[in-house]
Amino acid sequence: METLMTITAGILLSIGTYLILTKSLLRIVLGTSIFTHGVHIMLLSMAGLKTGAVPLLGEDAAAYTDPIPQALMLTSIVISFALTAFFLVLSYRTYKTFGTDDMDQLRGSKYE
Amino acid sequence: MNNIITLPILIPLLTGIFLIFFRSIPLQKWISAIALIVTTGVSAYIIHLISTHGILTLQLGGWEAPYGITLVADMFAALLVLTTAMVSLCCLYYAFGTVGKNRERFYFFSFFLFLVAGVNGSFFTGDIFNLFVCFELMLISSYVLLSLGGERIQLRETIKYLLINIISSMIFVLAIAYLYGITGTLNMADLSVKVAEIGQDGLLTTVSLLFLVVFGLKAALFLYFWLPGSYSAPPPAVAALFGALLTKVGIYAIFRTFTLIFYHQPEVTHTLMMWMAALTMILGTIGAVAHWDVKKIIVYNVIVAVGLIIFGLSVFSSVSLIGSLYYFVHDMIIKALLFLLAGAVIIIARTHKLHEISGLIRHHPYLGWLFFIAALSLAGIPPFGGFIGKVFITQGGLENGDYIVAGIGLFTSLLVLYSVMKIFLNGFWGETILSKKEEGKVKNVLLPCSILAALTILLGLGAEWTYVYFEQAVEGLMNPNFYIQAVLHD
Repeated sequence: METLMTITAGILLSIGTYLILTKSLLRIVLGTSIFTHGVHIMLLSMAGLKTGAVPLLGEDAAAYTDPIPQALMLTSIVISFALTAFFLVLSYRTYKTFGTDDMDQLRGSKYE
Repeated sequence: MNNIITLPILIPLLTGIFLIFFRSIPLQKWISAIALIVTTGVSAYIIHLISTHGILTLQLGGWEAPYGITLVADMFAALLVLTTAMVSLCCLYYAFGTVGKNRERFYFFSFFLFLVAGVNGSFFTGDIFNLFVCFELMLISSYVLLSLGGERIQLRETIKYLLINIISSMIFVLAIAYLYGITGTLNMADLSVKVAEIGQDGLLTTVSLLFLVVFGLKAALFLYFWLPGSYSAPPPAVAALFGALLTKVGIYAIFRTFTLIFYHQPEVTHTLMMWMAALTMILGTIGAVAHWDVKKIIVYNVIVAVGLIIFGLSVFSSVSLIGSLYYFVHDMIIKALLFLLAGAVIIIARTHKLHEISGLIRHHPYLGWLFFIAALSLAGIPPFGGFIGKVFITQGGLENGDYIVAGIGLFTSLLVLYSVMKIFLNGFWGETILSKKEEGKVKNVLLPCSILAALTILLGLGAEWTYVYFEQAVEGLMNPNFYIQAVLHD
């Protein structure tokens, strides 16, 4: 199971990287989003996945899954949610101001 | 009593939230200034407490380490928090007169305070995931401060800055995940114990290099390609805050992880760091010497200083670490000062091209001589603050036999002096081409710059008096056991 999850994370990371390397702003935003998902899946599977057990329900629980990676992932998801929202607004504003979403044209000139 | 170490984080954070409910700008200014003055006072008191009682720790919510989140205030972090408070207070006062109504109306001061809270949180936290959260608090405020105002150059540079930081933050989470998978803990003191127990093998060293990449990106250690563009976009008060604080938090994180957790394989990690530092110094200096743009020259100087501080760390002896720490504190002060002065020059001359600025000293003698002092201090001329740091770093490097990198450090110092003297000679001397009426108006500029200049002189002249504190900080860095004892056996 862990191997499968790791491979999934790897595929997501490579798709994210590919999208980030394209020129269109919207694709870059989506790319960071997918990259983040890959990292979260990796984080979740790092502590080991146990099928059929809940995180922790009291001291006499027979089996449980490590709750810390899930807490970490939740924090990280909230942060990346805020970042994606900000990134989208910023991209839209940039698009309105510059009239383009091509990163090549957002390079900036030498003389400013 | 240890609850006091939450105050440098809580005061700016709560004041920032509080300010959102008040739209009156004079009121916002007063409240934010008072908040930072109180923070400065509290930080000074924390330093006093640490020097008498040793490291202060607080287990948040009563959850004992290593299960809960721990706040740890050792001398190293406390010195940086005090410097942060003083520097941000000066930048805030400078912002009052220069930042403009347009930004003030859209909660500039709130985000300013959130950034300070994030920086202080990163310094005091004893939990590596909490370090990530504080980093994000600081970075999100910095994105807003960078783009606030919505000028073309700001929007464009914020996109690049945002993208590079999202990616590096995600690599940070990935590195934390690997570290958790190997050791099963997130508390830094506990990590130090676990890593020492199982031995730092190839796997852990690889993870440590992943951390080096992440913090290197944030600190502009060799991976600085994003920095010159984004730091020259915002208004001077914000650029000063960024130059003085943001990269320094990255350096702090490198110091913390590589003195507390990953110190078992210095022949791999510290050697790599040393050569990264050498390259950073060389490439940064080339940028500073080559440019004829006031902003760019100062921005490249930020990069050179990062190299020198990390060189002191990579030598890893008490002497070089004391030098690094002195230079660290000095650099926070002097970079803020230089950005503020360069900002004043740009506002007065209405351009940042050095060829078009000349003879400012006729109408602004005090500003000119302040710039001269800042330039000397930056290059490490005695009796100013930069001298002591450079002496100790070089001494440590030579004692350790790293002649080449120590030589690079000294040589780049000379070129750094040339690069800022270039601004002084071309911008302040020469024929005065602007009459009083043609100049841009600046106000509230001289007081914060004078305070920062006084601080750098004090750091130089008062070295004997401050040495005790710096020695205690380095003692803590060289002996991770102090930190571990304080956190795990309280």
